[in-house]
Formats: sequence, structure tokens, C-alpha cells
Amino acid sequence: MMDIRTWTFLIVGLSFVLYIGIAIYCRAGSTKEFYVAGGGVHPIVNGMATAADWMSAASFISMAGLISFMGYDGAVYLMGWTGGYVLLALCLAPYLRKFGKFTVPDFIGDRYYSQTARTVAVICAIFVSFTYVAGQMRGVGVVFSRFLEVDITTGVFLGMAIVFFYAVLGGMKGITYTQVAQYCVLMMAYLVPAIFISIMITGHVIPQFGFGATLADGSGVHLLDKLDGLSAELGFAAYTSGTKSTIDVLFITAALMVGTAGLPHVIVRFFTVPKVKDARKSAGWALIFIAVLYTTAPAVAGFARLNMINTINGADSQGTEYSEAPTWVTNWEKTGLIGWEDKNEDGRMFYSGDERNEMHIDRDIMVLANPEIADLPAWVIALVAAGGVAAALSTSAGLLLVISTSISHDLLKRNLMPNISDKMELRYARSAAAVAVCIAGYLGINPPGFVAQVVAFAFGLAASSFFPAIILGIFYKRMNKYGAITGMVSGLLFTATYIVYFKFINPAASVPENWWFGVSPEGIGTLGMIVNFAVAAVVCHLTPPPPQDVQDMVESIRYPQGAGEAQVH
Amino acid sequence: MAFHSKELAKAYWRENIKLLLSLLFIWALVSFGFGILFADALNNFHFFGFKLGFWFAQQGAIYTFVVLIFVYVYKMNRLDEKYDVQED
Repeated sequence: MMDIRTWTFLIVGLSFVLYIGIAIYCRAGSTKEFYVAGGGVHPIVNGMATAADWMSAASFISMAGLISFMGYDGAVYLMGWTGGYVLLALCLAPYLRKFGKFTVPDFIGDRYYSQTARTVAVICAIFVSFTYVAGQMRGVGVVFSRFLEVDITTGVFLGMAIVFFYAVLGGMKGITYTQVAQYCVLMMAYLVPAIFISIMITGHVIPQFGFGATLADGSGVHLLDKLDGLSAELGFAAYTSGTKSTIDVLFITAALMVGTAGLPHVIVRFFTVPKVKDARKSAGWALIFIAVLYTTAPAVAGFARLNMINTINGADSQGTEYSEAPTWVTNWEKTGLIGWEDKNEDGRMFYSGDERNEMHIDRDIMVLANPEIADLPAWVIALVAAGGVAAALSTSAGLLLVISTSISHDLLKRNLMPNISDKMELRYARSAAAVAVCIAGYLGINPPGFVAQVVAFAFGLAASSFFPAIILGIFYKRMNKYGAITGMVSGLLFTATYIVYFKFINPAASVPENWWFGVSPEGIGTLGMIVNFAVAAVVCHLTPPPPQDVQDMVESIRYPQGAGEAQVH
Repeated sequence: MAFHSKELAKAYWRENIKLLLSLLFIWALVSFGFGILFADALNNFHFFGFKLGFWFAQQGAIYTFVVLIFVYVYKMNRLDEKYDVQED
């Protein structure tokens, strides 16, 4: 019988061999292969790669844990991070594919005939991507340190080495095919324990059904009613109603949806398919592949909560003796992510939402600890570790590519040194990717304390800057550069000021009474977007219309015919 | 010019926008509507053991999103052929 550690080495090791093998097989030879995989990726393959790219360490490791603690309010992530794909498929992907360049700043720069607009877009793209990538490397570190029992630094170095290898060598082409493999690994790792636990708790094979079903203990009580009952007993808000105000839930969901549709590393995926038709279809496939995880996550959250409360408080709700604590409690205690303080000195653990509470449980451990809590075999736990690493690596690779493309293509080729050859540009792209990997690794080892806070930033900025500028660029021919630039800058400033004030300058004041209209910093991107639209509309009517050739270009991206392949120029 | 006339180009775009708005209406209805604004009211109804509003917020909205995209793909391909602007 092999232990968890041996299994983890074996499964994670095998997955690495697979990724590297694919990378060597799919080396990129030209800038076009490096940036957009030669533009020849099948829509289903591209959908799967997009899904892996999108589902980060946060989706894989943290989301179900968050929902587990937030109950109904967790829906902001579920709807927010999937609903954006509808906007992408309907309003952005086909038109940007017809436009036929490599990057988002390319579109902004050409559509608004302005280097200033391009530069604003490049800076936003790089900032958003770095924000994201720091969290990913941290995710790799956490997984390695818990399951391989190496320290976080070694874990991050290992992750960096792998990503460096296939992102720098393979470019978009290597990344796309590696991501397909990573999708399979991470989905298996998510579904296998979910199915096991669903069968144990409710007797249903499909977690999405088990989530609403009655418990298998013969009591005839529905899982969700049981959770509501436990919540009331222990002093938490009811699981199915949550604590956030309706307006806040509305604004956060909208900000995440719009932010998703404005994220450069997501948009760029739709440049890699051969046709406009494929760009539309590809978004649909991506969402199917994402929905598998996103509809399983709330079920996992519910199961995990029930299991956790039952093992800590005991079946009789009197608390479990600490001396008889299950091994997962003691294992995670070593990492500092679980803590127990015996307040009433009865030697028993107790978890609740009021003064009786004696436990500190970090939300991030729920998915990773879930198989241990449910007492699943060692190989399942190892599989979850491999899945967490796959999720983190696939997302980092996609982000690193956006960063290197922004620098070599948008900044150097289109801005500073327009005369460099394809070969030189490729060399710059690879060096930029290499530097970015090192910075990402540094951020992973020395994480700035504000990683969680800056996530709100990434979505807020994408929602309040890129999204309106692209939408207006496609659907409103009269929009000119003055409107677009003032709109982006005011949306950005508005959102950034609000977030910086409540998250960094005066976090103590961040309570619903002080928020504008009761909207939290996480949801302010929605207001920022409205500000952007309003300012752009007013300014554009006070300034001259865009030149005729730009208007013709807008005409031409509105129908698919003659799309051709993605062009350098 | 890909369209046979300016009028056709306009008509194509108008139909496109109409399709877009109707699909986006459903998109907003299931998520912001059923999942958030009317969730409390819908929670009085039960659906496969779920409270209905809760189900829309954590499951149903996502399924609807997937269907919406494929309806869009199908209808747009038909529209492209109708106006003869599909890719070769």
C-alpha cells in the first residue's frame, strides 16, 4: 500500500512528463505560431484550452471553499465567471476574430487610430496579467508544500521551471496543446472525489443531482435543508440565503461577468481559431467545459460543509475529542491553515458562528482537504494535488504569453521599433516571457500581502476600461478616439480610486454603510463601466467623428466573409 | 463590398442586433432576474429538492448560458447564409 506522498510524486511527476513531451512536439517556429498558434486550432480543442486557461488555481482550489462558507452568496462567482462567456461569444469574439490581429491593444490602437490609446491598453493588459499570475504561482507553492512536503520556495521553483520550458519554447502553440492535457487532468481531479463524496452522502452518482437530493443516512432530509438547519443551530446565516445585500450581489456578479469578457488572456484565445464561425462556436465549447466544473463546485461546497461540521462537532453536535481528531485536522494544523483553541477547556473541538466557536479554518483548504475529510483512498488525494498544479500552470502559461506579447508586439514592434524582423520579434517575445516567469516566481515566493485584494482590481479594471472601449468600437461607428480615451481613463480612475481607498488607505471604513449605493469594492467595476460609457458618449459628440477608413473598418468587421487568417499587418 | 447593396448590409446588421438583444435579455433574466432579484420569491417553489431561486443562482443560470451561446451560433450561421456573407 503506497502512501499519499509516493502517490503524489508519481501522479504529479507523470503529468509533468506529459506536459513537457507535448511542448517539445509543438514548438513554435514563427511569431504567428508563438502568438496565436498559427490561427489553425480546432474550435473544440480551442474551447478546452480556453477552459483550462480560464480555470485558475483560484477556481480549482479556492472557489468551492469560498462557496462552502458563503452559501447562496457564492453564486456571484458561479454566475459572474460563466456569464461573461455569453458576452464574449455574442458581442466580442466573432468581431475581434474578423478584425484579425493578435492582441487587444492592437484592436484599441487601430480602432481608435491612436498610440496613446494603444499604450493605455498595453499598461492595463500587463497590470491585469501580473496581478493574476502572482496568485497562480502561490497556488503551486501551497499544493507542493502540503502534498510533497517540500518547502514553498522549492515548489514555486519547480513550477517556474516547467512553465518556463513550455511557454517560452512552445508559445501559444505549445501552450494550447498542453492546456488540453491540463484540462483533462484537472477535470478528473475535480470530478473523481466529487462523485465519490456524492455517492457517500446522497447515493447519487452525479453531484449536480446529489446536491438537491435527500441524505443517504435514511433520515429523508434534503442536503440543503440539513445545511440550513445546521446553520441556524450554529449561529450562521441560512445556507440558501446568504448575508450580502441584493444590490451588492447584483453589482459584484455584473462586474465579474463584464470583467471576464474584458480580460486580455481570455479574449486572445479567440484569435487562434481559423474562422469567425469557429470563434463563435469556440466560446460555446469553452463554456461547456467550464460549466462542468462550475456546476460541480457548489455541490462540492455543500458536501464539504456537511462533512466538515459533522467530523468536527461530532454526530451528536457536542464536539469531537481533540485527542481523537481525524488526521486531516492535525495534518492541516501543521500548515497553520487550521487552528483549535480550547476556550471552554472541555478537550473537545467545536465549530460555530457564535461565541461557542473554537476553530479557525482557512477557506482555501476545503477542496484540497475534502478527499481526506471524506476518507477517500490515497491516490484520489494525489490526483487532487496534480489537478491543483495543472490549474495553476495552465493559467500562468496563458498569462505569461499575454505579458510577453504585450511587450514584444504591442510595445516594441508596434510602438518603439517598428522595423525589427519576425525573427528578432520572436526572440524578444521569448526573453520577455523568461523575465515574466522570474518576476512571477518572485511574487509567488514573496507574495505581497494584498493578493486577495488585487483580484478585485483585475476584474474592476478590465470591466471599467477594456470592455466599454471594445463594445463601443464594434457597435458604435461614431465613437472616436477622444471619447474612447477619456472614457477608459475616467472609468479606470473612478474604479481604482474607490478600490484603493477601501482596500488600502482606509480598510476599516469598508462597511456597507460607507459604500456608495451599498456597492462593495468588488462590485464597483460595474459602476466604473457605466461611468466609462457615459463619459465616452458625451465626449464623442463634442469632438469630430473618426476618419472614413476607420469607419470602413468597423463596417467590415461586422460580417464574417473574408476573415482570412490572423495577420501581422 | 461583400453585401450586394447598402440596404442589405443595414438589414443584416439590424437582424443581428435584434437576435443579440433577445438573447441578452434571457441572459439577464435568468441570472440577474431569477438568480438574484426574484430569488427570494422563487425560493417558495421547489425543483428537484432545490429552492428554485437558489437553483437558478448556483446551477440553472449556467446551463442557460451554454444553451444561449449555441442558439446564437446556429442562428448567426443561418443569417450569414441568408445574406450570403458566410466564409468560404
